[in-house]
Order: sequence, then structure tokens, then C-alpha cells
Amino acid sequence: MSAPDGLVEQLPVLLVVVPLGAGALVAALGHWAPRILADALAVLVAAVCTVGAGRLVVAVGGGRVVTWLGGWTPASSGSGPGGGQSVGIVLVADRTAAMLVVSAALLVLAGLLFSWRYLEETSATYHALMLVFLAALSGFALAGDLFDAFVWFELMGAAAYALAGMRVEEPRSVFAAVEFGVVNTLGASLTLAGITLLYARTGELALAYVGERLRSQPADALVGFAFVLLVVGALVKAAVVPFHFWTADAEAAAPTPVCAVLSGAMVAMGVYAVARWWRVAFDGVLPHPTAEHLLLVLGAVTALVGAVMCVYQRHIKRLLAYSTISHVGVALLGVGLLDEHGTAAAIAYLVGHACTKGPLFLGSGVLLNRYGTVDEHALFGQGRGRWFTFSVFALGGLGLAGLPVLGLWWGKATLEHALSVAGAPWAVAVVVVAGALTSGSVLRLTARVFLGLGADPRSRSSRDGDGSEEPEEPEEPEEHGPIGPRAAALMVAPAWLLLAAGVGLALVPWVHRAGATAGAVFADRHGYVEAVQHPHRVLAPVVGHEETVWTGTGLGLAAVTLALACLVAAAALWAPRVRALPWGRAGARAARSVVGGLHAVHRADLPEQVAWLLAGAAVLAVVFAL
Amino acid sequence: MLSWLPYAVAGWIFLVGCYGLVTSRHLVHTVVCLNVVQSSTYLLLLAVGWTRGGTAPIFGDIGRSRAVADPLVQAMTLTDIVVGAAVTALLLALTIQIAKRRGTVDPRALRSFEQESEE
Repeated sequence: MSAPDGLVEQLPVLLVVVPLGAGALVAALGHWAPRILADALAVLVAAVCTVGAGRLVVAVGGGRVVTWLGGWTPASSGSGPGGGQSVGIVLVADRTAAMLVVSAALLVLAGLLFSWRYLEETSATYHALMLVFLAALSGFALAGDLFDAFVWFELMGAAAYALAGMRVEEPRSVFAAVEFGVVNTLGASLTLAGITLLYARTGELALAYVGERLRSQPADALVGFAFVLLVVGALVKAAVVPFHFWTADAEAAAPTPVCAVLSGAMVAMGVYAVARWWRVAFDGVLPHPTAEHLLLVLGAVTALVGAVMCVYQRHIKRLLAYSTISHVGVALLGVGLLDEHGTAAAIAYLVGHACTKGPLFLGSGVLLNRYGTVDEHALFGQGRGRWFTFSVFALGGLGLAGLPVLGLWWGKATLEHALSVAGAPWAVAVVVVAGALTSGSVLRLTARVFLGLGADPRSRSSRDGDGSEEPEEPEEPEEHGPIGPRAAALMVAPAWLLLAAGVGLALVPWVHRAGATAGAVFADRHGYVEAVQHPHRVLAPVVGHEETVWTGTGLGLAAVTLALACLVAAAALWAPRVRALPWGRAGARAARSVVGGLHAVHRADLPEQVAWLLAGAAVLAVVFAL
Repeated sequence: MLSWLPYAVAGWIFLVGCYGLVTSRHLVHTVVCLNVVQSSTYLLLLAVGWTRGGTAPIFGDIGRSRAVADPLVQAMTLTDIVVGAAVTALLLALTIQIAKRRGTVDPRALRSFEQESEE
């Protein structure tokens, strides 16, 4: 620990307690206080949390801040075999956790600023829920013991279900929230069962102690089974195939600022949990190659399925939701390497993704407010001359392909490097394809909506007599009709705030150094255990080995991704002409037959989604049992 | 003797709940099945903390030397019940809204709104 001062010692606790308390206060005041008070207080708290978490990122350096709450420090000697030294609640803040808290707080801040005018008629319950959501996200990132993590996990879920179903007058939104709630609660039950089995085996709850106990004896089937149960809940939250069916519906239906937080922060926590739990508790206990192959396969399948589904969406928020699934898969590839560089790159990728996908969701909210729809075809050419919103979509779209000045660039370049060093060039190809398809989809809709480029999709569907083209049901506006230009500026500004943060991630060398240190600290299991066992001992700070992101390979891959993205966008915009080419029609037919199957699977109803979840969990369990 | 019984029962309850979820035709039924699944985790937790001949872990009335059940898992079970109740209440409230707006609460009729769309 680099001798942190008193405030920094308190920061991890404050980052949870302040938003939680403020949420309760806002909910209590909401009944009589004017709405502006709720807005101002919530925005203030989110801003304070962002700054506080940023302070933690800087101050924690190459060390950790460990807090055993209420003086329940671990007993110095165990009470016999099966021990039980660590029954207290422990928060462990290292740089990785703090970085995730910053991005969560920044997204909540942007969401609250956005909804100041956007959700003007919503009661203060919305603000309270957003703050509770932030507290749960922070608590989960910082939790150092399993049960505590589970409670934050469930609170995160409960706040998210309520936020997703907030528009009670919109039945599709409410049903999406129920789907979201049932599937995620089932996943959380599996996680709790996994925690219980680990507690039964080790008698410990603090992750560091669980890991030490597991390492002191040979692993058996029970440990593998517990790991699978634990991880399935996290993978459900992370929207990893085949646990991802709730995502598109929830993110299409939730109010737009909530979508930004769901897709940027909550989903990232699922990936983070897998990485953290593996590193501290299961690394060296369970077979390394099994976990590596499993996570790489899950990541690749998720990245590709999400990207393909993304291309075939015309509902902009669903498109962005599938794009989120795809990018989570890419981040999971980094985690799947199970090494220092892969994990560091994955976290960088997730933080960069938050700064890229957040603005896109907020931009779709601007469209929904303005035109009452987010159907790409209905919006054809409607956005001409709306340069501010256009630039958000254009930059967001280019950012998803890893344009070397925007948020995702840092994570994408380091991830590609880590994957190729680890000898997985096929995974680099997956990263490029996922980036190209998701970016191409956003560029396509940008060109259609704001520039009116390509064939008018409305006339085409009637001319082709294409039976599959159903008219979209009109979207219920999330609030009253279009708002004035000054209010609209307040809606675009938070998107720009996030994009600017992304530029900072991509260009500031300090960030890259800090990220390398974060990865080294994250990977340092012994340091983690020692810091948790002896919170007041001063340990030598870990220094990461920073590699420059500005390599020729990285820039070349970014150029390839961007070129492919433009190709994807152009092929979609001028689809009739592509079909007129000699091979065009056969290609379109082949693509349609593949995608038709994927589409059929993705129309899963709630019981089918549950069946997919259980089947996926069973497959993972079998893989670890063999 | 019979120390495996609570684990087997927990597994059985979990499977029954999952069967209910997969075959559900009514959202209230779905939510109750979700509760059944959660109950299996309560039983699992309590089974882990069980001690032969143990009593309730309240040390005011008994000597420190008596065997007691593990209070930690009981605290965890209680927390889990509270969380589960909150989620259940929320899901049921949302179900009422769906019933009001859509006139049906069959999850198969309310299928996902993934549509055929093309590019």
C-alpha cells in the first residue's frame, strides 16, 4: 500500500454507503420535495462518486485498500480444520475494481443528466433506484467476500429489474423486466448454491481465505461443481451465450439512460466476477486448460452470435443490445487467457466499451424522444441536419471498430496483443470480425437515419413483397413529445461527456500505465491474500509492465476492422445492388438460412430461456466433471 | 446416518422448481416456482450449518461448550429470504401490470419480441 491517507482508507466504504444513503434520502424526499431537488441531489451524488472513485484509482497505485467492516478482522488462528477465520465483511479495493466503479459512476451520472429533461414526469423513485443501482455496482466491484458479493449482486439485479420495468404503461417493457428478473434470479440462486458449497468445503467466505483453503487440499468434483454454479450466475449477468436471451428484450424495453448503465456497467461486472473469482480462489485448484478453453469458446461464440444478430436488427436499441453481447464475448476472450495481460486488456476493453456504448444508447434516446420511434427503417432520412446527434452515432460507430482515438482503442489494441502473444490468432480474428459487424451495423443505421444514404428500406420492403418484413409496432414514447432545443442539448451533452472520457482512455499515456499496473495487481494472488489477511501491513507496490498500444499491428488491425465495418455498412445500404451481382443472391440466401435459424432460437419465450440457462449450466458442469 | 438427506432434498426441490419454470403457463406460477428454486438454496445453507446434537446458537442461555448450529449460514439464509421476498414482490407487481395491459399472463403468449427483420 502506498501509505494512503485517511480519506482514501475510507473511500471504498463511502463509495457504497453514500449512493445507498442518498438513494434512501431521495426516495423519502421524493413525496413532497420538488423534482429538481431529486435531480440535483442524484446528479451531485453520482458526480461525487465518480470523483471519489477516480481519486481511489490514483491513490491505490500498485497496492490495495482493504477494509474489514465493523472490526470483524479474521482470527489469527483457525478454530480447527474447516476453520472459519473470515466471517466478517471485507472490501478489497484495487485499481481494477476502482476503475470499474469510476465507469459505473460515470454512466449513472450521464444517465441522470440525460433524464433530467428526458424523463421529466418520472417520480423521484427513478433517481433513488439509479443511486441504489450505483451502490450495488460499487459494492459488487469492491466486495472481498463471497456472500457480500452475492448480496450486491442481487441488489444490482433488483434495482435493474425495477428500472427496466419502470414504464408500467408499456406492457412489452414490463414483460421484458419479468423475463430479466426471473432469468437473473435463477442465475443468482445457482451462484448462492455455489457459495454455499464453497463455504461447506472451506468454512470461509472471504475470497482470499477460500482460495487458500482450496489450495491446501486436492480439488475434487465438488470444487469444480461449485465453480460452475458460482460462474453461471455471473455469466447470466454478463449476457454470455447461451445465458443472454434476457438482454435484448430488457435493453430494448428499459428507459434509455438505464440501458446505458445496464450495458456499460452491469454486464461488465459479470465478466469481472469470473476473472476475479478464478484468479483468487480457483487458479491452481481447478485444471487451467479446461477453464481456458471453456472461457475462450464461450467468448468466441458470444462475440460472433451477438455480432451476427446485431447486423440483422432494425430496432436500434435491440441492435445496440446485441452489440453489447458481442463485445462482452470479446472481453471474455481476454479473461479466458487467464493471464495478467489478458485480464488487464479485458478490463480496459470493458471500460472503453462503457464510454462507447453509453453514448450510442443516449443517442437512441434522443431519436426516440424526437421521432417517437427507434425503428431504423421508419427513421430513414429523418435525422438530416441533426449534426450533434449524428456525430454521437458516427463516433460511437467508429469507436466500436476501435478507431485509434476513441474509448475502445486501448482495450482492443492490448487485447489483440495479449491474444496473439498467448498463441490464439484465431481469437484476434474473432475480435476483428465482432468489431467490424457491430460497428458496421451502427454505421449503416447512422448513414440511413442521418444522411438518407442507400435505398429507402421502406419502399424496398413493399416492392420486394418480402413476407418477413412486419411493420414495427409503434413504440410508446418514454415520455411526452419532443422537447425544445436547449433541453435536447442537455440530452446530447452527457453522450459527449462519455465520448470525451473515452478519448481520454485512448490517448492519455498515464491511463495505459495505470491499466498495466491494475492488471499486475489483479494477477498478484499472493499480494491479494496477504493484503486481506494483514490489512495493516505495508506491502511493496506492484508495478505493471506497460506495453505501448501504438504498435503497427494494432493500428493495422484497427484499419482492417474499420474497412470491414464500412464494407458491412455499404453492403447493407445498397443491398439490392449487391443482390444483383452474380453471386449476390446466392450469398444473401445462404446468409438468410443461417440467420433464420439464429433468429428462431432468439425468439425463445421465458420457459425456453430458463431451459437454455439450465442446459448451459449442465454442459459447463459436465465439462468440469470430465 | 442420513447426513446426505438434506442435500438430496435440496437438489430435489431445485429440480422441481426448475421443472415448474420450464413448463410454466402462468406468470404467478413462474414466480412461485422461482421461489421454490430459491428455497432449495435455503435448505442447502441450513444443511451445511447443521451440527449433530447442536442447538440454537444463542449463547446467553447455554454454556460456551455446547455444540450449536452454524449461525453464519442462518444469517445468510435470512438475508437470502429477504432478498428473495423483495424480488418476488417486484415480479408479482409487474405481473399484475401485465395482466391489466395484456389480458394474459401466459409466458408463451407473451413471447420475446425478437422479430424477423432483414438486411
